[in-house]
Amino acid sequence: MTKRKKLIFDSDLLDLTISRLCQQLIENHADFSDTVILGLQPRGIYLAEQIHRKLEKDTRKTIPLGYLDVTFHRDDFRRRETPVKASQTRIPFVIEGKKVVLVDDVLYTGRTVRAALDAMIAFGRPAKVELLVLIDRKYSRDLPVAADYIGKAVNTLPSERVLVELEAQGHEHNRIWLINKD
Amino acid sequence: MSKLSQKHLLGIKDITEKDINLIFETAENFKEVINRPIKKVPSLRDITIANIFFENSTRTRLSFELAEKRLSADVVNFSASTSSVKKGETLLDTVNNILAMKVDMVVMRHSSPGAPHFLSRHISANIINAGDGTHEHPTQALLDAFSIREKLGGVGGKKVAIIGDILHSRVALSNIFALKKLGAEVMVCGPPTLLPKYINELGVKVELDVKKALQWCDVANVLRIQLERQQIRYFPSLREYSLYYGINKRLLDSLHRQIVIMHPGPINRGVELSSDVADSDHSIILDQVENGVAVRMAVLYLLAGAAG
Repeated sequence: MTKRKKLIFDSDLLDLTISRLCQQLIENHADFSDTVILGLQPRGIYLAEQIHRKLEKDTRKTIPLGYLDVTFHRDDFRRRETPVKASQTRIPFVIEGKKVVLVDDVLYTGRTVRAALDAMIAFGRPAKVELLVLIDRKYSRDLPVAADYIGKAVNTLPSERVLVELEAQGHEHNRIWLINKD
Repeated sequence: MSKLSQKHLLGIKDITEKDINLIFETAENFKEVINRPIKKVPSLRDITIANIFFENSTRTRLSFELAEKRLSADVVNFSASTSSVKKGETLLDTVNNILAMKVDMVVMRHSSPGAPHFLSRHISANIINAGDGTHEHPTQALLDAFSIREKLGGVGGKKVAIIGDILHSRVALSNIFALKKLGAEVMVCGPPTLLPKYINELGVKVELDVKKALQWCDVANVLRIQLERQQIRYFPSLREYSLYYGINKRLLDSLHRQIVIMHPGPINRGVELSSDVADSDHSIILDQVENGVAVRMAVLYLLAGAAG
């Protein structure tokens, strides 16, 4: 078993990419008066917090930020050995009629996003929902899901895994790896 | 790991501290769910649950049914008073007939201690004990401990007095097991006739004077006198019981410190608790009821999840 690790993002490139994603959001959402950001638990929230901080700084506006946990809406309940552990959902604002930007680190099969859409409508009917991901694993979707904002699209094999290490999660550097599990 | 060590929830005695903490962490998430505008998640949508109640219940049955429905399970209810049990069917036959209709989980209350344990040896569905006679009532103990944890920030090191009819109470026994596992100090208090012999073998303090018990504790869990289970007279009269063991505002004020008052319901107002205590800000009785739904959702979710 050899474990190969390929660096796909270092700290500088990540900063650059997050700046670009923020600019794209500003282009589409202008003053963010009707926009809210929802980070997907457990790992999407760090990226959501980083983007949220930068957007508030660049636009000098207060933008609502919430956390959405999709555990109870997953479609693999009773189909895996151990149930997934739930995380906190915190949406201290109304999403009815708002433009929601869902934020996650990696888009793979699309099943988490499907569950997120399901979980989100328990809080109201948004006017529009968009998806922002840092890494889009191409050609690996189980469901017809596409992201609106993509940090980087990567060709991956099912045997590979994307490892996101962020300083906010307690890692030394911001780095994203592609790991071969074989 | 996010899996319980057991396939059934028969009693607190059988589960570990880790299981209890996993249930609490999951229940916290469900508490958020039941406070949403849409209080429902689809987790158990392909599961059918039978609530089999051979003994009367309002709160527990309603709480289980709400928990099941908020997890999107299909629910069938059965109560012994309107069933073929009256025609002489055995417990195992009754349950097997229900399971033949493809039921995945059974929530059962029965007046005989050990009835759910007996069933668990004969059927494959997950069983949750909703009270077996004077033995255990695990989900009540879990929601009580969860409510203490929520109110006081933790259970470990806290002093909890269980006051009243300990002898006939399944709530008392399950609470003792749960609180001890979580590191609390436990005291039981009541008239000597209503305290089981050798109760101190479980590692609990015994106190006969209710005022001393209240002075000692951070939390008082007050129990009802279970007249329906008392075949003989254990004390002269309810008035006398109330005089010596009833908790009223004046008694609480004389402690010069704030303690938390809990009660598993149903309350006999004016007997074990006076109205000015039951409705005071000492009391977390209605929080217990709300937490009951969240804790039961967590138990159902974790047991069903492990079945797959």
